[in-house]
Amino acid sequence: MAQYINSAVFGWYPYLCLTVFLLGSLIRFDREQYSWKTGSSQLLRRKQLMWGSNLFHVGILVIFLGHAAGLLTPIGVFDFVGIGHGFKQGMAIVIGGVAGVVCFVGISLLAHRRLFDPRIRATSSFGDTAILLILWVQLVLGLMTIFVSLNHMDGREMVKFMSWAQGIVTFQPQAAAFVADVNPIFKAHLFLGMTIFLVFPFTRLVHAWSVPVWYLGRQGFQVVRTKRPLGKTVRRPAVAGSRPVTAPAARPTRPAAVPAE
Amino acid sequence: MKIRAQIAMVLNLDKCIGCHTCSVTCKNVWTNREGVEYAWFNNVETKPGIGYPKEWENQKKWNGGWTRRKDGRIEPRMGAKWRILSKIFANPDLPEIDDYYEPFTFDYEHLHTAKESQASPTARPRSLVTGERMEKIEWGPNWEEILGGEFEKRSKDVNFEGVQKDIYGQFENTFMMYLPRLCEHCLNPTCAAACPSGAIYKREEDGIVLIDQDKCRGWRMCVSGCPYKKVYYNWSSGKSEKCIMCFPRIEAGMPTVCAETCVGRIRYLGVILYDADGIEAAASAPDEESLYEEQLKLFLDPSDPKVIEQARADGVPEQWLEAARRSPVYKMAIDWKIAFPLHPEYRTLPMVWYVPPLSPIQSAAASGQIGMEGEMPDVKSLRIPVKYLANLLTAGNEEPVVLGLERMLAMRAYMRAKTVDGVIDEGLAEKVGLTGAEIEEMYRYLAIANYEDRFVIPTTKREVGEDTYDLRGSCGFSFGNGCSGGDSETNLFATKKKARARNPMEVA
Repeated sequence: MAQYINSAVFGWYPYLCLTVFLLGSLIRFDREQYSWKTGSSQLLRRKQLMWGSNLFHVGILVIFLGHAAGLLTPIGVFDFVGIGHGFKQGMAIVIGGVAGVVCFVGISLLAHRRLFDPRIRATSSFGDTAILLILWVQLVLGLMTIFVSLNHMDGREMVKFMSWAQGIVTFQPQAAAFVADVNPIFKAHLFLGMTIFLVFPFTRLVHAWSVPVWYLGRQGFQVVRTKRPLGKTVRRPAVAGSRPVTAPAARPTRPAAVPAE
Repeated sequence: MKIRAQIAMVLNLDKCIGCHTCSVTCKNVWTNREGVEYAWFNNVETKPGIGYPKEWENQKKWNGGWTRRKDGRIEPRMGAKWRILSKIFANPDLPEIDDYYEPFTFDYEHLHTAKESQASPTARPRSLVTGERMEKIEWGPNWEEILGGEFEKRSKDVNFEGVQKDIYGQFENTFMMYLPRLCEHCLNPTCAAACPSGAIYKREEDGIVLIDQDKCRGWRMCVSGCPYKKVYYNWSSGKSEKCIMCFPRIEAGMPTVCAETCVGRIRYLGVILYDADGIEAAASAPDEESLYEEQLKLFLDPSDPKVIEQARADGVPEQWLEAARRSPVYKMAIDWKIAFPLHPEYRTLPMVWYVPPLSPIQSAAASGQIGMEGEMPDVKSLRIPVKYLANLLTAGNEEPVVLGLERMLAMRAYMRAKTVDGVIDEGLAEKVGLTGAEIEEMYRYLAIANYEDRFVIPTTKREVGEDTYDLRGSCGFSFGNGCSGGDSETNLFATKKKARARNPMEVA
């Protein structure tokens, strides 16, 4: 029975989550762009957001990048470069621990603000509050795992998680077995982490897809759009005597960035 | 040279009576929705005052508009692109809703349902954000109406710079004017420049600045970037919104709602041709006081054959060129030079201009001795300090404002001589550099202000930009994904579903 559950949660559930995460994001982006937003509440209350949001975002970005790099970099790469497993685990604990504490302070400020500020509470959707609390619990679980990890600093446990994550993304059926005997706190952390991917497309988290790094590369500052055709040819259904015409989009979707003017 | 056309606006403040009809009609059409109750695409402020939102003109506080760097190039006052991105998690330059005001309604229903009582029932205020009772309303969209509040607070108005403001706190020296404000549809908009998503754009055809509601992600940098604070964050939809210059009306050749409903006939809409290649240089002028002149240089003479030729080559339709030649905005801004941009020092090259207001003579007792230049009173003796108007309209340069005011005074004197005394006094016109015929035309535009003189709006050449084949069966303006919002009651992506008109054939 235990093996059955383990296989379902760590072998099958990841694929469900990843599928919904990718497909859901795509469908929402395609069909509901008007709902694709950060959902900022800074206008309504500045207090606790200035510190809260900055600390939370910086912390969670470090944590996210740390997890991505730490879990998905092939183990062989570390061996080749000569980074020992124990050393890597130590690094993960230190960087993750510091970022985790930073993030914890931030998210606690934000959660307090969302639950107890009358304006924010009244204007929050169920999803806004729920995802914030889920992230808070997930962060606490993550910080708790540090204390478990401190008991075995040889990096063997960590390798299990790397093997599992890499097994999942490379479609190895036996991946779930890697994490069958890890501490329940780790299991809870993994499960909730996958669940966050599952609910991601249905919450405001989708704004993470839209990090506007492209802004740095925008030529100049101004954006001008035109209704005039810019050489896009559209094929029409064949009508006797008609030729393909140059047809613009009724609502231009290609912003023509021009140099600062 | 690259010529583009823009629908620009002029407001004749000399005739604004501060009735707020423009604001109310605008609100009823565009912002009577959840999330933007506090937003007024058009509002009317009493000056001097700190305005809406509080101290919007104080760019040391809000960091709106552009700043000229040491190397002569301009960048948003918020900072270069990486600086703007660094504010993305929490934007220190963003006003809070209390800087506008917390929107409220009143418990009107209580007036109907209250039980019989000794005192008559009252409708008490309730917040439109939280739905909670508001015990005391501390601020509103027009708190300083007709000099409401203490002078001490109102005098934080930055237009007092260089003015000995203390004497204007005294009752006998006080002055006021109305300032209706809307989006300036700038040639060099900082909101668009600061938008990390590239959702804000200027339309090439008519210069209207719009926010693509689908592409907006709510990073809210535009709110800070705009020095006029005319981009509003909709806290309900999570998108920024702004005045759209009533583009569906403009496209059909109709004036904006605010202009159409203006009872004082103070608003003018017309085409301005401008040189798009000159924008950056004009906005980067070293001397702030010269920005007004620099912007004037961008405006092209629509009767000049060279301009016409180039405009045709750049795709400006023939009707637009004809409209440009009859543009009331061109007449007031360029021919007569009585209209001025609002705060050109922000370097956004705004396209909503203002005719400054005349005002009564400073002191009735002194009216016998004040400087009369022939038939006209000296502009310097008007109640509103010229320096104050210059700070508002020409970055402090008094000379153009003085000329504008003198021309309006000359018009009054000329027409008074003509209609009361039956004398044509060409000398009055000459003194201000105009001819009698020009003065009479000014009078026609400013005093009579016929509908067809105020609004010369060519329709959009839809046939150039749209293919009706694409538009068949489409559903026009809508939020989200057009006509198909889904049939189920569940709401997958956390968007609010709007109540739809019921089909009366449904089974009851």
